[in-house]
Amino acid sequence: MKEAGLEPQTLFSEVLKHADDNLIIAHRLSEWVASTPDLETDIAIANIALDHLGVARALLAYAAELEGLGRNEDDLAMFRSEREFINLLLCELPNGDFAQTIARHFLFDGYQLGLWEFLSAHPDPILAGVAGKALMEARYHWRFSSSWVARLGDGTEESHRRMEAALGVVWRFADEMFEDQPGLRSGWDHLVYPVLADANLDRPPADDQRHGGRLGIHTESLGHLLAEMQSVARSHPGARW
Amino acid sequence: MVTAAISPVTLVGSVRDPEIPALAIGDLGIVRSVEVEGDHVSVTLIPTYSGCPAMEAIRSDIAAALAEHGYECDITTAYTPAWTTDMITARGRQVLIETGIAPPTKFIEASCPQCGTPAPRVLSEFGSTACKALMVCSSCREPFDLFKEHR
Repeated sequence: MKEAGLEPQTLFSEVLKHADDNLIIAHRLSEWVASTPDLETDIAIANIALDHLGVARALLAYAAELEGLGRNEDDLAMFRSEREFINLLLCELPNGDFAQTIARHFLFDGYQLGLWEFLSAHPDPILAGVAGKALMEARYHWRFSSSWVARLGDGTEESHRRMEAALGVVWRFADEMFEDQPGLRSGWDHLVYPVLADANLDRPPADDQRHGGRLGIHTESLGHLLAEMQSVARSHPGARW
Repeated sequence: MVTAAISPVTLVGSVRDPEIPALAIGDLGIVRSVEVEGDHVSVTLIPTYSGCPAMEAIRSDIAAALAEHGYECDITTAYTPAWTTDMITARGRQVLIETGIAPPTKFIEASCPQCGTPAPRVLSEFGSTACKALMVCSSCREPFDLFKEHR
């Protein structure tokens, strides 16, 4: 299956980092289920979380196969420690208020639109296939998050204040998305900035950018997230149902 | 021991989508291939939506349908070319309409499956399952599901 020139280890890391991004942000987003402002939003958020989880599962299963050490998708999700996860810091950020969650997804959905389009032309057919599928879903995610940014930013005084504050929180984690693929940055800028302008939101300051997720050096939030996400699998290893 | 004359291709294609039970997976367009060797059947499926929980149920239903007629099977997943809603057959689209679900189309081109009125309102792009959006008819006021276009 593998194209010549693609080292399995390189491909493994490539697949795993995207798997981790999707797994961690799926778990974070799912924390909102049954607590969102209205029923339609609840259903939307559950659906989006499920899309990310589905992508994560496909990629984790493939990563496990590439690794060739007999681990499966569940082992990779449930039995790695914090330092072994290589997701973007953005994906692990706490939900905060609804605006902060929307801000996190607005940045990430814009990134994934460019990323999946880029990866759908990847020489590895499985990664390309998963990316092609994910791209169709990402368009829906982007419409959801960007329309909420517009609604909150251009809404009431309070919603504007909260949306502005939320962007200030997440913006420090924007540059990390492009450290491996700087070529995706300008496409992202062209998606994100017009939405901010339409929503009467200023561009947040670009300084104080945080990195480290791809090296396994995380914010304090990831450990707490994993403790919850992995608790059942670790309490009952090998359990089946 | 193979016990019936129904071909494995038919058996697999006739398995129902558990979330839209009127719709057979053959008409949904997710069966990439069915290869038969003696009493062993190799099935390749293409996933619809990345996180669609129905895929697990569909796999076990395929295995059960084949086992009932004496076949063993293995089921693998293919990702390329990706499934799109264009792979739903004409019969599949008709079944959706009869079930009260608008077949896949752009939101602005949708029409109400109950009264046929065009230009429904999009209530939410995310509906009761991963594959559906929630619409409201501007004429008869009935809410209905639209099978989301993915292509």
